[in-house]
Amino acid sequence: MDKNYEIVIGLEVHVELATDSKIFCHCPTLFGAPPNTQVCPVCLGLPGSLPVLNRQALVLAMRAALALESTLAEHTKFDRKNYFYPDLPKAYQISQFDQPLALGGSVEIAAPAGPKRIAITRVHMEEDAGKLIHQGAGGRLGTAGSSLVDYNRTGVPLIEIVSEPDLRSADEAYAYLIALKEILQHTGISDCNMEEGSLRCDANISVRLRGEQVLGTKAELKNMNSFKHIRSAIEYEARRQIRVLIEGGQVVQESRLWDEEKDMSYPMRSKEEAHDYRYFPEPDLPVITITAEVREAIRQSLPELPQARRQRFRQKYALNEYNAGVLISSRELADFFESMVDCQAPAQAACNWLTVELLGKLNAEGRRITQSPVSPEHLAELVRMIELGKISGKIGKKVFAEMFQSGRAPEDIVAKQGLSQISDPGVMRKMVDEVLAAHPGPTAEYRNGKTQTLGFLVGRVMQASGGQANPKLVNQILKERLG
Amino acid sequence: MPEITEETVKKIARLANLRMDPDETARFTEHLEKVLEYMRKLNQLDTTGIPQTAHVLPLQNVWREDEVLPGLDRSEALAGAPDVRDDCFRVPRIIE
Repeated sequence: MDKNYEIVIGLEVHVELATDSKIFCHCPTLFGAPPNTQVCPVCLGLPGSLPVLNRQALVLAMRAALALESTLAEHTKFDRKNYFYPDLPKAYQISQFDQPLALGGSVEIAAPAGPKRIAITRVHMEEDAGKLIHQGAGGRLGTAGSSLVDYNRTGVPLIEIVSEPDLRSADEAYAYLIALKEILQHTGISDCNMEEGSLRCDANISVRLRGEQVLGTKAELKNMNSFKHIRSAIEYEARRQIRVLIEGGQVVQESRLWDEEKDMSYPMRSKEEAHDYRYFPEPDLPVITITAEVREAIRQSLPELPQARRQRFRQKYALNEYNAGVLISSRELADFFESMVDCQAPAQAACNWLTVELLGKLNAEGRRITQSPVSPEHLAELVRMIELGKISGKIGKKVFAEMFQSGRAPEDIVAKQGLSQISDPGVMRKMVDEVLAAHPGPTAEYRNGKTQTLGFLVGRVMQASGGQANPKLVNQILKERLG
Repeated sequence: MPEITEETVKKIARLANLRMDPDETARFTEHLEKVLEYMRKLNQLDTTGIPQTAHVLPLQNVWREDEVLPGLDRSEALAGAPDVRDDCFRVPRIIE
């Protein structure tokens, strides 16, 4: 990338709210249902049907606004955004225009150069559109012969979060999305499931010479739903624009689509008047007034935000930045960890067993923490058994494998399989004497001053005990018998 | 000085996906100008101190609980579709 140029990025993020039913009708919002089985006259835009706002969608949207430090409007309303496209059966989308739910706000991101605050312009509510399946060569818009429409997603509640053009690189955009996702997941606003399109993003990208104050002409990359693709798409688009400028050309203001297979973007073909949406107030939905009492009640209902939780994990549990970051990456994981600590597991050991052993196994099987066969209580118990010396770390891993298989309690496994650590000095002395008798050479060497052979003998005793001997006690008794 | 020209009418027709012959264009140019004229009369009213309003009904905060209820069967949903394929509404290619 040419160092003389600066990249300027603003993101519009669409997030699906975690409601059971759609924003203006009673249809379910489940993902993956057979086409056109979650529809009714309202979301199909049939004549005579009327929308009624889902209260929970409003509550979640207000919660999102406050979590992003945005200022809730006292009065907000819905508007019709008019355009003809078959994913929109009414020929308009119910959205918000000049009186959005909330204005302002900011998100702190972990930018490559350190923490940075990204300003939020606005947060507004709207309904999702349907899904188009393009038929014909390539399955892409321009070459399709006809399109099939599934309206299951039409009317699913969304919020759109618009950022200021404060982002300066693809990596910053990536960090912003991660921070946003953490906040929205922790507050229960959205599951942010990328595979199911619960979080989608449009990126406004322009470039300018460093030091220039005026923004360059922007291109808009539409409808991306993977953080990795968004990063590649921004990188590609910035390079493309810089090349155009260096070659003496001009960037054209246009919408572009990202082709993830070819790793390149291409212009969307659209009609010139496509951006004349002729917004007007939605006559079928009365205005919304948000009182100070409602606002404060929503604020009170917000759980601890990820940034604050990360700080607390570092201070209260003395975890390093990396470990705190891993735990905070999902609310379920952070909750799992805190449940373990509540069961008296030491924090650092709990973190290690959770993030290395349990996550390792879950990831290998493509499972999420919510699908863990091992409960926080059981994992905490295992960690405690190791800490208290009831079993060795090595046996701990064996027991853990069995817990993951069967979901049984560690104490139960240890008792049934006789895996408790051998800490009885009488039993241990007998074991040590047998090993010494079986290895007269090293025994003699040790007595002649070659003390390095102790390690070898410890290893033999551990082996003889099937890994169950308490290593400290083995050392102690070996020295006593050899001395 | 009329504000509505034939160009305005043609643009509105295009945005609304309406086809209009020259006669209609001329007629609607006149009609729309008359509508605007009436609005200009309203503009003479002194509205100082009257809050901006998006709705005339004295209603606010109308909502329902987040509850799933059955909608239409797929066959009912697709019954009015001009063309159906693979349980979907089939539409002509979108961009010419």
